[in-house]
Amino acid sequence: MRGFRYLAALAWRESRFARRRLFLFLSSISLGVAALVATQSFAASMAAGVRDQARILMGADAVLSGTQAFGERTEALIDSLRGSGAAVSRTTSLASMAVLPRTGATRLAQLRAVEGGWPFYGEIETEPAGRWAELSRGRNLLADPALLVALGAEVGDSIRIGEASFQVAGTLSKVPGEVGISTSFAPRAYIPADALEATGLLGFGSRVEYEAHLRLRDPADGAALQEGYRSALRAERVGIRSAERQQARLGDALGRLGRYLGLIGTFALLLGGIGVASAMGAYMAEKRESIATLRCLGATAPQVISIYLLQAAAMGVAGSALGALLGVAVQWVLPRLLQDFLPVEVSIQPSAAAVLTGVGVGLWIAVVFALLPLLATRSISPLETLRRRVATETEPAPRDAWSWGGRALLAGSVALLVVLQAGEVRVGLQFAGGIAATLAGLTLAAWATVRGVRRFRAGGLPYPVRQGVSNLYRPGNQTRTVVLALGFGVFLLAVLYLVQDNLLRPLRPGADGARASLVFFDVQEDQAPGVSRALEDEGIRVLQRAAIVPMRVAAVNDVPVSRLAPPDVPPEEREEGDRDGERGRRPEGWALRREYRSTFRDHVVGSEKLVEGRWWQPGEARAAGAPAPVSLEKGIAEDLGVGIGDRITWDVQGVQVPTEVASLREVDWARLEPNFFAVFPDGVLDGAPQTWVLMADAPDPAVRARAQRDVVAAYPNVASVDLTDVQAALDDVLGRVSLVIRFLAGFSIATGFVVLLGAVSVSRLQRIRESVLLRTLGATRGQIGSILLVEYALLGLLAGVVGSALAVAGGWALARHVFDMDSFSVPAPGLLGLMAGMALLATVVGWWGSRETFRRTPLEALRDE
Amino acid sequence: MLIVQDLQKSYRSGGRELTVLRDVSFSVSPGEFVAVVGPSGSGKTTLLGLMAGLDRPSRGSVRLDGTDLAALSEDGRARLRRERIGFVFQAFQLIPTLTASENVRVPVELAGRDGAARADELLARVGLGGRGHHYPTQLSGGEQQRVAVARAFVHSPSILFADEPTGNLDAATGSRIVELLTEMNRERGTTLILVTHDLDLAAKAGRIIRLADGRVVSDEATGS
Repeated sequence: MRGFRYLAALAWRESRFARRRLFLFLSSISLGVAALVATQSFAASMAAGVRDQARILMGADAVLSGTQAFGERTEALIDSLRGSGAAVSRTTSLASMAVLPRTGATRLAQLRAVEGGWPFYGEIETEPAGRWAELSRGRNLLADPALLVALGAEVGDSIRIGEASFQVAGTLSKVPGEVGISTSFAPRAYIPADALEATGLLGFGSRVEYEAHLRLRDPADGAALQEGYRSALRAERVGIRSAERQQARLGDALGRLGRYLGLIGTFALLLGGIGVASAMGAYMAEKRESIATLRCLGATAPQVISIYLLQAAAMGVAGSALGALLGVAVQWVLPRLLQDFLPVEVSIQPSAAAVLTGVGVGLWIAVVFALLPLLATRSISPLETLRRRVATETEPAPRDAWSWGGRALLAGSVALLVVLQAGEVRVGLQFAGGIAATLAGLTLAAWATVRGVRRFRAGGLPYPVRQGVSNLYRPGNQTRTVVLALGFGVFLLAVLYLVQDNLLRPLRPGADGARASLVFFDVQEDQAPGVSRALEDEGIRVLQRAAIVPMRVAAVNDVPVSRLAPPDVPPEEREEGDRDGERGRRPEGWALRREYRSTFRDHVVGSEKLVEGRWWQPGEARAAGAPAPVSLEKGIAEDLGVGIGDRITWDVQGVQVPTEVASLREVDWARLEPNFFAVFPDGVLDGAPQTWVLMADAPDPAVRARAQRDVVAAYPNVASVDLTDVQAALDDVLGRVSLVIRFLAGFSIATGFVVLLGAVSVSRLQRIRESVLLRTLGATRGQIGSILLVEYALLGLLAGVVGSALAVAGGWALARHVFDMDSFSVPAPGLLGLMAGMALLATVVGWWGSRETFRRTPLEALRDE
Repeated sequence: MLIVQDLQKSYRSGGRELTVLRDVSFSVSPGEFVAVVGPSGSGKTTLLGLMAGLDRPSRGSVRLDGTDLAALSEDGRARLRRERIGFVFQAFQLIPTLTASENVRVPVELAGRDGAARADELLARVGLGGRGHHYPTQLSGGEQQRVAVARAFVHSPSILFADEPTGNLDAATGSRIVELLTEMNRERGTTLILVTHDLDLAAKAGRIIRLADGRVVSDEATGS
């Protein structure tokens, strides 16, 4: 365009006296930019951390793992690797009770028996320092501080594990590759490998994980090793992981985490954009006369749009730059919130790329959202300089190619931004769709409430109230925008609150008296009556008893598992004529190979629901030689590719047990009760090696502690868990997750308030005129104040109501379709508190923004005009 | 240089058609000083809008220096205005965020040229030399209108339209403004068209076109 520099100069000068306000409008995108920059920088730092610490994550180049002692082929592989110069360090892990004999306190712990050598990379830091090396010099134990706290133990104390005693040599401050939060559930205790036998814990039925960590002569061989031996090892039920693959998977996962966190920040940015659009619209309305004059003096429509677009762009850059600075500062906060969930140490390095991207995106969003109100100025005719128009409402924008183009650009930009942030087109589009639906819902609800308020005839109420109410729909009001912006913040908070509350509710033990608060497992068959008795002696009710029989699938419909050709067996090993299950579905390899821990009973329990087929009657007679009925969980039946009528032959510790699928169940896994993939009728598994699980309830924590202590003292191999501890740990984890999300959602909420401030600022002149007029007519400052109070309180309340209503709908949808929950409850006091809080905050912010209205005397204001 | 032919302007209002101007025809020679008078509601403001290319007629045509204004697009007429037409308004219409000098420069800068020197020259001519850095709020009504006059001449237009230029001023200031306008008009040879309801003011023009009810009722030289 000819003379661009004159346009730019004109744009700069013409924005005089309004720059602070323009900056306020455009700063509604600052917080969104800050969130984006913070999460992107953090993601970059995480990726760098993963790259740098890859090998330390496993402490080895490759790891072999399995749930039973390694077979011949595996051992042969290990030997040959050792022969070629690799170092090997084995670890055996299992859950067991740790007891402090001094007080009798007990706690379930993750026991790890380690051989020397591991970790080959990275270091384990202990408190006092250097104790890791001493672990193998005697019956020493190193534990998570959480374990000592739970037991009330100290360094130097003696702790009993199983039948052996260990001295606490120190606590673990840092174990590379461990995710901090997992210690909430089961704190770790490391003992030397050769002491494991003495504990007597490797009995029947314990879940043990055997690992061999390898440091190869050439570290890069890890990936090749994994590729080459994976199938062969799988035949012995041994898995192999390499550092390279772990790094790649971790990098992917953390990358996705970073992107999703960024999506939450994107909400804030889009909200800010809405604020920009609304504020620019009002700003343009103020500039109407100047624009008409410019048109008269010969400015073309593109020139007018350019002038104000340049103003918007300049302020957009300023706002984005501010946001980027804030984001760089905030990114130091993120690691503190997230460190417990991350297996790598994240050291923050400010990322120039993140800053530049943030500023660029912020500027683009500001321009794209400011464009529509700017395009509307095309309808301003130079004639308006001659005939003074009384602009009561903002003119409806002309509907032509340009304005549709502007809308398309806006929608496209938003969708593109969300898709780019999500990193995957499908996820991005779903997110964008969700945002659009939410905003549409909020806008509709806001519009409807404003319409409703308009109808509201508050005849009998005092004047300030009526005036405050009618101010909400006065010409040029910003009610819809503010309710939308604030309402969105309420929506986010309320949805988080509802989902968190509903996720935790079913897990609260002892709430209705029928839920267990104490679990005992790994109880041997001959110990079961003794344990029951010990509990009953304490006055504790045993609620449930379940046998656990470990078994594997031997054949499906008479086809042995080895021939069922799961997809990852190389083609040359498959045989002809293999049939799939009756449903025609290829069975999943892992479902065929895994160990099943099944039970037997003659009734359906509360956490299950029969969905297909027929349950058996107690003591039902069966034809001799006919396969026994078995009830499968719906999901595992699908994974096995079987349905009602299919036959499964089980290998129960060497004994073949033929069964026929008689029913399918739906299981509520969220309930902290023993749930089973396969349930047999009584009598079929008699004599099979089994362990037992007992569920009991005791409301008094002291009674629970005593029960655990007594049982463990008498039966050292029995593990027990106080479910209230688990509940507390879950609360903790969920709380921390929601803290992170709430922190980022806070950017959206804060943006809502910036939009509110912008809206207040926009109507400032009108408000001053009004208050001047009213005071000239005799209104007191108190009355003016009351009108303001009513107006802003109502705005906040409307936002709260609208946001909460939509949150209930959204939360319900999430609960039903994403979390598969059956029931959804609305904690009314919490929501009401949120609404009241929003009303209060809106009032305070609105008042503060309007403080000018009080300061001016009528004469001052009139003179200024 | 301005030829108005069979001009008609109608509006739709409340479902009916209102004709504000009807059968208006006249022509103006270069350098003439014409006053358009009529009571309020006579259509003189509408006529001004049509002559200056701010609006399109329902029927008829306006030709300025041979160009049919209706044939130009909205932006085309804007470009024409910044080259050839000057305006003085009743309410001054200065841009409040620009200084006096910056206000004067606008038509020239919109055309992509530098106007600083010319603006200073014109401000001096209207007696406001040295006040160029003041904002409209720092100027009296008369001073603001003088800035507007300077702005109207900055791009050396061939025709200047003035809409009730003295309407917001007291009598003494107003007549000084009109003197200034007519002097500068004579100096530069621009055509001046003044719309007013003040007959004393109109008498200063060389020709008066009288409107009533949207029609020309008389078109006479005044002999001044």
